[in-house]
Amino acid sequence: MIEALKQRKYLQFILLLLVFAILCLIIAPSDSNYLWRLPPLIKQLPFIINDSVDFAMFEWMPIDVYDPDIEEYEKKPLLKEMTRVSSGFILFMIELIREILLGGVKTIVTFMGWDWATENEWARWPALPWTIVAGGVAVLGYALSGWRLALFAGLAFTYIAVFGQWEPSMQTLSFVLIAAPVSVMLGLFLGVCAFRSSKVETVLNPLLNMAQIVPHFSYLIPVMVFFGIGDHAGAIATIIFATPPMVRLVLLGLKKVPPEVGEAGLMSGCNNWQLLTKVLIPSARRDILIGVNQVIMQCLAMVVIASLIGAKGLGNDLLIALNRLRIGLALEIGVCIVLIAIVLDRLSLAWANKQTDYFADLSFKERHKHSLIFGAVFFAGVALAGLGSLIFKEGFNYLYLIPHNKGITTENFWQAGVDWIWDTFFYSLKSFNEWLIVEVLLPVKNAYLSMPVVATFALTMGIGFIVGGIRSALIIGGLLLFIALTEWWDRALITAYLVTVSVMISMTIGIVVGTLCAQHPASSRFILTYCDTFQTFPSFIYLIPVMMLFGVTDTSVLIAIVVYSTIPALRYTVEGLHAVPESLHEAGSMSGVNRLQRWLFIELPISFPHMALGVNQTVVFALSMVIIGAMIGTDDLGQLILGALSEKNGVGNGLVLGLCVAFIGLAIDQVIRTWASQRKQALGLD
Amino acid sequence: MKLSKNKSVRAMMIAGCVSLLTATGVAKAADSTQPIVIPIHNWSSQIVMAYVLGGMFEKMGSNVEYVPADSQAVYESIRNGDVTISHEVWQSTFGKSFYNAMEKGGVIDAGTHSATTLEEMGVPNWVIEQNLCPGLPNWEALKDCHANFTTPDSDGKGRWLEGPQSWHGDLMPERLEALGLADKWTVKFAGGADALWTELASAKKEGRGTIVFNWTPNFTDADGFTFIEFPPYEEGCRIADGGDGKCGSPKGWLKKAANYKFPKTHPAAYTAFSKVSFSTQQIGEMAALVDTDKMDHKDAAAKWLADNESVWMPWTK
Repeated sequence: MIEALKQRKYLQFILLLLVFAILCLIIAPSDSNYLWRLPPLIKQLPFIINDSVDFAMFEWMPIDVYDPDIEEYEKKPLLKEMTRVSSGFILFMIELIREILLGGVKTIVTFMGWDWATENEWARWPALPWTIVAGGVAVLGYALSGWRLALFAGLAFTYIAVFGQWEPSMQTLSFVLIAAPVSVMLGLFLGVCAFRSSKVETVLNPLLNMAQIVPHFSYLIPVMVFFGIGDHAGAIATIIFATPPMVRLVLLGLKKVPPEVGEAGLMSGCNNWQLLTKVLIPSARRDILIGVNQVIMQCLAMVVIASLIGAKGLGNDLLIALNRLRIGLALEIGVCIVLIAIVLDRLSLAWANKQTDYFADLSFKERHKHSLIFGAVFFAGVALAGLGSLIFKEGFNYLYLIPHNKGITTENFWQAGVDWIWDTFFYSLKSFNEWLIVEVLLPVKNAYLSMPVVATFALTMGIGFIVGGIRSALIIGGLLLFIALTEWWDRALITAYLVTVSVMISMTIGIVVGTLCAQHPASSRFILTYCDTFQTFPSFIYLIPVMMLFGVTDTSVLIAIVVYSTIPALRYTVEGLHAVPESLHEAGSMSGVNRLQRWLFIELPISFPHMALGVNQTVVFALSMVIIGAMIGTDDLGQLILGALSEKNGVGNGLVLGLCVAFIGLAIDQVIRTWASQRKQALGLD
Repeated sequence: MKLSKNKSVRAMMIAGCVSLLTATGVAKAADSTQPIVIPIHNWSSQIVMAYVLGGMFEKMGSNVEYVPADSQAVYESIRNGDVTISHEVWQSTFGKSFYNAMEKGGVIDAGTHSATTLEEMGVPNWVIEQNLCPGLPNWEALKDCHANFTTPDSDGKGRWLEGPQSWHGDLMPERLEALGLADKWTVKFAGGADALWTELASAKKEGRGTIVFNWTPNFTDADGFTFIEFPPYEEGCRIADGGDGKCGSPKGWLKKAANYKFPKTHPAAYTAFSKVSFSTQQIGEMAALVDTDKMDHKDAAAKWLADNESVWMPWTK
């Protein structure tokens, strides 16, 4: 009997479910029953965190700082001064780029001071005419890839200018141009470190997970306290969010480099640095490039959230438009965000793929062709702007800077589209919505809430034990224990319910659609572009139409989560299937498999590691959307995190709540990761 | 003068913060040239007013900077000096954040606008016109009409769509309980203001009844919105303050907040700011320029400043 149980996992699962069911039945729901709900023993933790942050930030090691404005010495804590130095530096970089694009006074102020700048009104940096920026991007595209990219980039920027979103778009661009490279470099560095030492990898892995899962809102307040409010704070929050996928993909890429390649490098006499930069990183290029793509997408996805702590630009305008339910305007802004994302992505891709021809013997003119073209564009732009000042005598010089919201607008077109969808589908969706809520969502939610805490532990730790042995069980138990000992166990259950339902829907859609699309290069390209678009397209925009169609209900929350968390499911399925070597396909065909068999027995198993990463990422994305769901109206952890923004101990509450969300993710990650690595070993892929 | 300059350079090296690089040597009474940082939130009147105040400060010779910020989190930034002022502190929505930050030190109360605000549960006018709840706006009408306000997830009860829980905690559920309505009505917390407006729009489309949390002055005033008349508010009547909870919301104040250094660094600007007092009508005008006339926020502010010199000029003197 026991022997049979050891052999067959499904028997173990059945036994586990049996235990779970019995526990659910016999434990009475009452607040005094510790088997039903654990007592909130670490209720004080948020306060402790809060007090320590306050102490470190406002009291620890005060130094005397002279404030020239009030002509007094003030005691300022060391840590605060230090964080302000670093944030000042980031802000300086952002402002520098911003003022090259848009003009301004901040950079001059940095060197000369406000007094001087106020007295000398001529000392203002002029903005570049939009024609030069758009032309410059086109030239860059041409230099890196060719006329196709040049055309696309130029048109995209012209679109932004013509539609009157120039100023906010350039503000957003300047912020992304700092956040993205920093994330890429940081990701590359951490990825290489993790590749070099498995210890670093073990430590880094949960941290990466946390950085990705902890909802942005829970570190908004800490970031604001530590670094102040403004573009720099937005950039820092963005970097925290955008770096993890880069690290992951660098690591994945480096691990996939065959040892022979490294050995060949060593034989040619590479030192460590050369081996890394000349051999390993170029060989892992494909995955690293996906990483860069992810960083850019994540940076632009954060644009809206970053605007809550002071990032200027499109994100802020978007929030304002949405607050007035001007979905048309919001969509227009959303399109600009996506365009910037795609242009940056394509340019960085082209740059990375560019081959240098070391042997070409070029004349001066050929070598400096692109600089020369840019010079021509520059003078043409200045001339046009000059011409513009003659044509547009009153009001705005459209050939210099198109002022905000003074361009052509497509708002009415988009708005009409949204209204049409609303009119057409409202009633049919209404009955579906009612059915879904009454028959599916409410029962599932109630089922989750009626689990005694002991039963939950038995079930989750049991799954951990069956999949990964005692170690996994203990890790999962520890993570969940933390949540159970806060006051928010019930809220966490609701979060878990939302995530479970949405991940199941996302994975189903992702695997089915992903597989279908992977069959043809054109459709896979299409689906990957779709992924890019929806990943950067601010989720806030579709919140409103979704809410209009489905009301302030869990259905809306679910749809918002599914739209976002299907992206990794799709992406990793398509990319995983593509990674299957051609020779295996042929080998399969020769052995006479049909299409379905090839998919089931060759493609799926081989692309499995990649797809497991997809499941993992789907969970991560779903959890990170929990907070966006809270903007619709939920009663889960997300709602409390939103609430923490206004609370006295907001820093502590926000962080502890964020940890709760992260721990749910880590527990799921533990199971998936262990199971995946076992499968990999079984398939001989490791 | 020389000495203070050197000192400031040294302080700056300690502080090191490049963006704060300054040169001193201003006569003591004059305002600093450091920019006054004004927060931008996400509703029309607040943004227009930000640019109006900014225009006023600029007229007085100050440098001004605008920074987008979350309306709840901004008080922490004012406290730390990253933001200088906040000019729309609504009593019941931001009162908590405001006083929490003040308690920690660094935020000062810079006076109150003459506008009074009301933040209360209410219904759009068509609900009354269609007689979905006969007897409104008197709250007693709620005793019989909950059936017209149910939603799939409200378990057969009528639904009150309240703002996020961060705005007033459990005030509304407690009020339902105290008024004996809890067996007929339930409270759903929306995630934000967007959710409230969406609910208004979709309920209108469907012609179904809805009760939402709202406030005035607000852009919804234009479409017609009626607040429910609960038993009048008295000091201490809420359960959180030890009362029985059988009362509505008070007529609220609209305050201004500032960083504690603002009066010292910009005495003239601060004096003007403390005198600033907008009426409900003026706030409505500012919002209408954007919401009704579809103007850009900055243009609206410029227009308002040009049209109302007699209002704001005296404050700057």
